[in-house]
Amino acid sequence: MMILIPTWDTFLQAVANGLTLGSLYALVAIGYTMVYGILRLINFAHGDIFMMSMYFAFYMISIFYLPWYVAFLIVIVATGLLGILIERAAYKPLREAPRISLLISSIGVSFLLENFAVVAFSGIQRQYPSIPFFQNVISLGSVRVQRLSIFVPIIMAVLVVGLLFLVNYTKTGMAMRAASRDFETAKVMGININRVISMTFLIGSVLAAVGAMMWGMKYPQIQPYVGVMPGLKCFIAAVIGGIGNIKGAVIGALILGMLEILITLFFPGLSGYKDAIAFIALIVILLVRPTGLLGEKQAEKV
Amino acid sequence: MNQLENRNAYMGLAGRMSKKRRRNVTLTIVFLMLLGAFIYCASKGFVLGTYEIRILRLCGVYSIAALSMNLVNGFTGQFSLGQAGFMAMGAYVTSLLIIPAAQKAAIYYVHPIVPWLKDVQIPFLFALLIGGLVSALCAFLIGFPVLRLRGDYLAIATLGFSEIIRIILTNAIPVTNGSLGLKNIPNTANLWWTTIVTAVVIIFLLRMMKTSYGRAFKAIRDDDIAAEAMGISLFKHKMIAFVIGGFLAGISGGLLGSVVGAITPNYFRFTLAYEILLIVVLGGMGSITGSVIGACIVTIAKEKLRFLDAGMNLGFVKIPPIDGMRMLVFSLLLMIIILFYRRGLFGSREFSWNGLFRIIRRIGAWFGRLFRRRGHPEGGADA
Amino acid sequence: MSVLKTENATMRFGGVVAVENLNLQLEKGEIVAIIGPNGAGKTTAFNMITGVYTPTEGKIFVAAKEDEETLIDITGRRPDRITSLGIARTFQNIRLFGQMTVLENVLLASHLRLKSKFFGAVIGWPHYHKEEKQMRIHAMELLERVGLAEFWDEQATSLPYGKQRRLEIARALATEPSILLLDEPAAGMNPKETLELTEFVRNIRDEFQLSILLIEHHMQIVMDISDRIYVLDFGKTIASGTPAEIQANERVIDAYLGVADDD
Repeated sequence: MMILIPTWDTFLQAVANGLTLGSLYALVAIGYTMVYGILRLINFAHGDIFMMSMYFAFYMISIFYLPWYVAFLIVIVATGLLGILIERAAYKPLREAPRISLLISSIGVSFLLENFAVVAFSGIQRQYPSIPFFQNVISLGSVRVQRLSIFVPIIMAVLVVGLLFLVNYTKTGMAMRAASRDFETAKVMGININRVISMTFLIGSVLAAVGAMMWGMKYPQIQPYVGVMPGLKCFIAAVIGGIGNIKGAVIGALILGMLEILITLFFPGLSGYKDAIAFIALIVILLVRPTGLLGEKQAEKV
Repeated sequence: MNQLENRNAYMGLAGRMSKKRRRNVTLTIVFLMLLGAFIYCASKGFVLGTYEIRILRLCGVYSIAALSMNLVNGFTGQFSLGQAGFMAMGAYVTSLLIIPAAQKAAIYYVHPIVPWLKDVQIPFLFALLIGGLVSALCAFLIGFPVLRLRGDYLAIATLGFSEIIRIILTNAIPVTNGSLGLKNIPNTANLWWTTIVTAVVIIFLLRMMKTSYGRAFKAIRDDDIAAEAMGISLFKHKMIAFVIGGFLAGISGGLLGSVVGAITPNYFRFTLAYEILLIVVLGGMGSITGSVIGACIVTIAKEKLRFLDAGMNLGFVKIPPIDGMRMLVFSLLLMIIILFYRRGLFGSREFSWNGLFRIIRRIGAWFGRLFRRRGHPEGGADA
Repeated sequence: MSVLKTENATMRFGGVVAVENLNLQLEKGEIVAIIGPNGAGKTTAFNMITGVYTPTEGKIFVAAKEDEETLIDITGRRPDRITSLGIARTFQNIRLFGQMTVLENVLLASHLRLKSKFFGAVIGWPHYHKEEKQMRIHAMELLERVGLAEFWDEQATSLPYGKQRRLEIARALATEPSILLLDEPAAGMNPKETLELTEFVRNIRDEFQLSILLIEHHMQIVMDISDRIYVLDFGKTIASGTPAEIQANERVIDAYLGVADDD
């Protein structure tokens, strides 16, 4: 196999790309990890919520000609509502059902959203609008990057710090942590579980919306299945970091983003198999450290 | 019940001499003979056209795929979504082994085929078995790291595997012909083939679920912690179910290739696995009968609902063709079943002649009551 | 001669120490009870012995079935391996297989002794039929023994609570254990069943040559049945000895027995 030795500048460029991709993954991975933490559910629909966000943004900007900041605000609200709606309609009725039913329901929602997108937005690939404010190229020393590459990690960091504050220092956050520790006890302690779960879906969807809007600027081809691969990879990122752990999801996502970019940099021959890297990483982490990097062993009630 | 009968019952011997049993055996033989006669007539072109026969062949293919998923998801309680990948494996391996050398040159017109595959051609049965075995091997390799952990990760790992298979099939052009796919696959898998293979798979699974191993699968599904405490090796039994599931999916893929005649990597998207999941959930997780009947319903409906995609002319209003409408209907159906009819058509029950007679009697009684309720006052007038 | 021994077995979850330095010994043919208030770490001790948890520190040994002089280190082995070495258990919150019949529940527990391979069983070799037949006879004998034979074809979870407890014991016996771990066998039983329990446990010990370790809150049963008692409190072993010694032990009375009377 050919190993390509890159120049220093290409390498720095790749690191910047990896950081951006990792930050985008992080925004989506948080939604997976929070929902898994509370409901023990792999929310298969999360990747498709991400996809819907991109279409929302596409329609707001390219079809309705709204300025991007107005459009983004609407997309965030719409996606948040979509997340809550999905939880209410498809997961809440199954609270007492076996867990496998919940999993099937989330696959059902995913399938439904994808097919809905095919019918409503057509299966033809669309071009995400370009937004000069984010996409202008700037020079950092000898490295030239889009502004986006600097904005994305900063936006991600700000949102994650905000989220960690919310989870660790507010009453809602405390209720969330309690619910993810022990669902039943939290209920007995008078925590409004339904509210906590809605809140979780709201936060997860909003972060996914932010991720999706910026994803579109970096990878502008959108089609109804565009959320599937990023979705699977972000779940894997959450597993790598330790499922249920927000910081873990961010770290896992950054590692995964970096790995993907750097491996294809050094081994250009493998670029066709780029999407396989995440799954190999999953298998490795499951063999070496099944609880993930930051995860701790949880005692199963026997 | 006398003592001997009771003993026969708990020993699992179904009272060989009983009248009911003799009746059921007769009914089964009659049914199989009718089925054979039907297939014979169909294959001679008496009853059905090639289009209908093709649908019936697909019913068999999807039955096997659904049974393979049901074995892992319904009987053992693990959650595998890799069916599309395993089917792709089976389809490509089988097809490459049965396409004649002359055809291969024509198919690989952009990029020539690798020399070691050029002249290979073996009988269909062996090709099918090899396809199944290759899929089973893949299942073993994925299962090894993943099955030791909780079931959820299996869903992601298998779905990922299935997408990777698709990526490999698209990229390994000298072997697979890339995104152009394979065509002119010999049409060997006729209605006899699909029906007999389906029947063999059904018999295999029915027998398996009655053995001690079948009980172990069910126990793992019911309560894995208790099963492990009773000495059941979770890893070993999950692995057996998963590898056999992979084998069966590979077989169904091999048949599929031969039935449809042309395959491309995109045929085996993960959405194929979702369709099979719909079949399993519709029929009932944990029911062999359910999977077969679900497969027939979904396969036939998929053909009959083609008009949804094609658009309609209702006379006064014209509905334009909408691509994907059919699949939207199917995904809605999946949601409705899982939210409102979680047990599906059969739950975890199986077909039996006794059950059928019970249902017939019940319907008879219901009609009887209906008749009496209505008939009574009129009857009174008559008298 | 010990059949089961733990050496400083300790279990930590994060910062919480559930069991600390447990040194427990079970002699052949003994009935030993573990008592202590809720959350004292009794079930955690069971889970360490049966392999559900791997002890954070310490070791656990069990006497080999064929040669009782040799102790086998079972620390951190998988639960199913430990069961096949002869330790069987019941659960505090009954864990029967709900979608299986009473008979199937017991049959399942003989699966680990099955010698036929998978394909042999599915194809139906005569050897498998022979084994299946023996399993069924054995299972019915066990059901007969616990008085559940007439319910063999009913769904396991449809039985009343007390019968479900006895079914769990029959199921555990079907694994052919030499050591039986009973987690609160009297919980949920009616007074009559509770009274019969002492006799029943003694009888199965003699009949199946078992050594029995049990967790129980019902003090009358514990005092009647046990040869020796271990008392746990916040994960620490605060006392051990014969029932008479325990009843006289002031630390135990302070920590536990005095309170238990209010229950």
